[in-house]
Amino acid sequence: MFAYLVRRVIGAVVLLFIVTAVVFSIFFLVPRIGGASADDLASRYVGKSAGAEQIHEVAVKLGFTDPIYVQYGRFVKGLFVGQDYNYGPATEKCPAPCFGYSFVTQQPVWPDLVDRIPVTLSLALGAAVIWLVAGVGTGVISALKRGSVVDRSFMSVALAGVSLPIFFTGLLSLSIFSYKLGWTAQGGTNPMDASNPLEWAYDLILPWTTLAFLYAAAYARLTRAGMLETMNEDYVRTARAKGLPERNVVVQHGLRSALTPILTIFGLDLGLLLGGAILTETTFSLPGIGQYAVISLRANDLPKVLGVTLVAAFFIVMANLVVDLLYAVVDPRVRIQ
Amino acid sequence: MRRNRITTAIAVSAVAALSLAACGGNNDNSSGNSGGGASTAKAEFNAAVGKVYNPSDKKGGTLRMAITEDWDSTDPGDTYYGLSWNFVRNYARSLVVFKSGPGAEGTKVVPDLAETLGVPSDNAKTWTYKLRKGIKYEDGTPVTSKDVKYAVARSLDKATLPNGPTYFNDFLLDVPKGYSVYKDKSLSGVAKAIETPDDQTIVFHLNKPFAGFDYFAQLPATAPVPQAKDTGSKYREHPLSTGPYKFDSYTIGKQLTLGRNTNYDPATDPDSGRKALPDKITVQYNVNGSDIDNRLQAGDLDIDIAGTGVQPETQAKILANPQLKAHADSAAAARLWFTVLNSDVKPLDNIHCRKAVLYAADHEGYQRAYGGSVGGDIATNLMPPLVAGAQKFDDYGFETAKTGDLDKAKSELQQCGMPNGFSTNISYRADRSKEKATAESLQQSLKRVGINLTTKPYPTGDYTKLYAGKPDFAKANNLGLIVYGWGADWPDGFGFLSQIVDSRTIRATGGNTNLGIKIPAVDQMIDQALQTTDQAAREKIWVDIDKKVMSEAAVLPGIWAKGLLYRPDTLTNVFVNDGFNMYDYTAVGVQK
Repeated sequence: MFAYLVRRVIGAVVLLFIVTAVVFSIFFLVPRIGGASADDLASRYVGKSAGAEQIHEVAVKLGFTDPIYVQYGRFVKGLFVGQDYNYGPATEKCPAPCFGYSFVTQQPVWPDLVDRIPVTLSLALGAAVIWLVAGVGTGVISALKRGSVVDRSFMSVALAGVSLPIFFTGLLSLSIFSYKLGWTAQGGTNPMDASNPLEWAYDLILPWTTLAFLYAAAYARLTRAGMLETMNEDYVRTARAKGLPERNVVVQHGLRSALTPILTIFGLDLGLLLGGAILTETTFSLPGIGQYAVISLRANDLPKVLGVTLVAAFFIVMANLVVDLLYAVVDPRVRIQ
Repeated sequence: MRRNRITTAIAVSAVAALSLAACGGNNDNSSGNSGGGASTAKAEFNAAVGKVYNPSDKKGGTLRMAITEDWDSTDPGDTYYGLSWNFVRNYARSLVVFKSGPGAEGTKVVPDLAETLGVPSDNAKTWTYKLRKGIKYEDGTPVTSKDVKYAVARSLDKATLPNGPTYFNDFLLDVPKGYSVYKDKSLSGVAKAIETPDDQTIVFHLNKPFAGFDYFAQLPATAPVPQAKDTGSKYREHPLSTGPYKFDSYTIGKQLTLGRNTNYDPATDPDSGRKALPDKITVQYNVNGSDIDNRLQAGDLDIDIAGTGVQPETQAKILANPQLKAHADSAAAARLWFTVLNSDVKPLDNIHCRKAVLYAADHEGYQRAYGGSVGGDIATNLMPPLVAGAQKFDDYGFETAKTGDLDKAKSELQQCGMPNGFSTNISYRADRSKEKATAESLQQSLKRVGINLTTKPYPTGDYTKLYAGKPDFAKANNLGLIVYGWGADWPDGFGFLSQIVDSRTIRATGGNTNLGIKIPAVDQMIDQALQTTDQAAREKIWVDIDKKVMSEAAVLPGIWAKGLLYRPDTLTNVFVNDGFNMYDYTAVGVQK
């Protein structure tokens, strides 16, 4: 078990390095294929009327005139040892892990990430709890009452949830619940500014439910399908025949077996979401990693892009690792292997 | 199956009903959440254009602003956005400034830190300003002319402060290449360019005459910065204020809060028109655009600081709803959407072929591409009407033949030896749907006389650097027509025309904003205008330049742009300032 864990962790670290190398290559090599020079790249980060000289100065300052492997080496060194940054009158030390300084705002990237991760975590984890409970719950009920009005209406609502894009449901909810009725917080409210957990939850309730609506739908359908399959198994009939209460039969025997695929999907979904719920954060103007990704991509801001990509990759890798470990808990057959 | 369909239909109808409820117009247009009383002024369309709407002197409240992205920098020496030049006047006082007044008043430059406008000498190569006494920073220390000198000098360092305009780099005398105040702490490199004989006087020496230097002096880069407190690229986090407000808190990319600067003395600021009505100003960054519009309409937000107008879907909603339209202002901008006719690409090297394009184009179609009359007015020449001294003229009959004059076009084609038309490419910025619509409209209208266009989209970010703005690329790829747009840095002839018609700004390496206009006579007239200190005479030269470019058929003007702004009931003392083409951010107040 321990050896397995160590192997997975090493694999994860190697993967993260590969991810950064790929992002670096895309950023620098692709424009080169199009014939762009270091100065051409730098011209994105200057004012409207900058002359060739000034563009070249910026290219030198941002390190574009160095070979790519030197720039990459600088980045990796910064992660482990830190970097020095000349902000004009003096130099400041950017401690490890230093993700560099934004090409656009000249601010260090790591503090921004640290600031924004809690927002995305709050959004993703809160919504995850809601969609798991709601999705699995409605899926179980639908499966047990297959063919009834309850089943049909749950599945129809699920269909709507899966089909409606989040920027539609999000803007609509904000319009109705925040502005017309005044029940929920405005767009752009930072939940981490809340002074107590109740306010934090109030700030997030609308993004949570909107995001959960999207995912719960898929989970409801998945759970329903899984449950229908397991509830027809022989061992479930045996359990009932043994005289176990229905609740035990459903949860411990039916649901538990149906959970494995749900767990897989959940790991993937949560990992992706932790890396930045881009559409939700943009719709609700939440200052999380997803919004940061949009800002950094729009501005072609490599240090920020690298930071966001690494954070996203890290969460996805971690989530998958946790899911793999959880299999052993949920499914005894894996443990024996 | 039947039941499933019914329940699905019910679910979908429920959603549709909800959407209609949300999209239905507000039947109550007085602001709810802000709790303000009904405004005394009557809301109507364009109430804040050319005049002050809901005038007020009442101080208090918080002005809540938001923007979909961010602007380049809050450092006055490192910013080039129009909205920033408007907003920065709240915390930075430059030598002179655009007056806070409605309509044309806002295009006038008036003294701010300086007692009077600049005094030229030596054939407009030397400019002298005398600072008012008693002006202090937010920490109580006095402002001296050395601080203004330092502020301008630091803005020359484009490696540390890359975003701002380069007018001082281009015009100041003998500034060394790659100059940086951080390497030259004694400022010896700018000793010839800027003199400060005493604490109240500052003298600028230029490398060539420039009669419009007051427009340089209004740049935020002349707002004073004490050398000891300069933190280079970090200065944006908290620039030291000389204006009525100072930075209370600022998280880059998230929120900025300004509070009153108790060391600002209004008695030292008699000319600018600043009113400093709100007690606090907040700006939220990276807010969803549709959300901004919804909040404006609900009264939960006071101003979209971008100042370029509401989102397209909101625009349609506003124009269709009389209640909402009464809260809208159509702000004219010193901006022209146009198409350059590239004389590097045959047969557009022949003036008659170029004139054929001007005659055959559908001007209403061009206007429709930008949303119809709310997007702007059909342009008949280059300079937008609100540029100081601009004259409108219609040599090609754009207004009498709005959909084009095909007979004249065909006659011009005969004269250039292409009676059956010709083929060429038209480029536009790929992610700008209005430019795409323009290209397609021109494709259709020019086809009527046999001019066949193939559309060529290119990425916006590199449009001028690598594609349309790189002469070799444009020529090699047959880009005969180049769709573009240009907004004046400030509303005078130089501010509008210099960077788009002066052939000497064209660089082979790309990054050009002049996409192919090369007329020697125009270059000569520009040099003359730069030296003419008499304003009326100078303005006439810019009009002559406009006429010359049009007579050479070098450009197809499209429309003079307008933005549809939304004005919530929470605003007091609001008006469009023609110097910035958006609401004036130093005069506006809020109902409490």
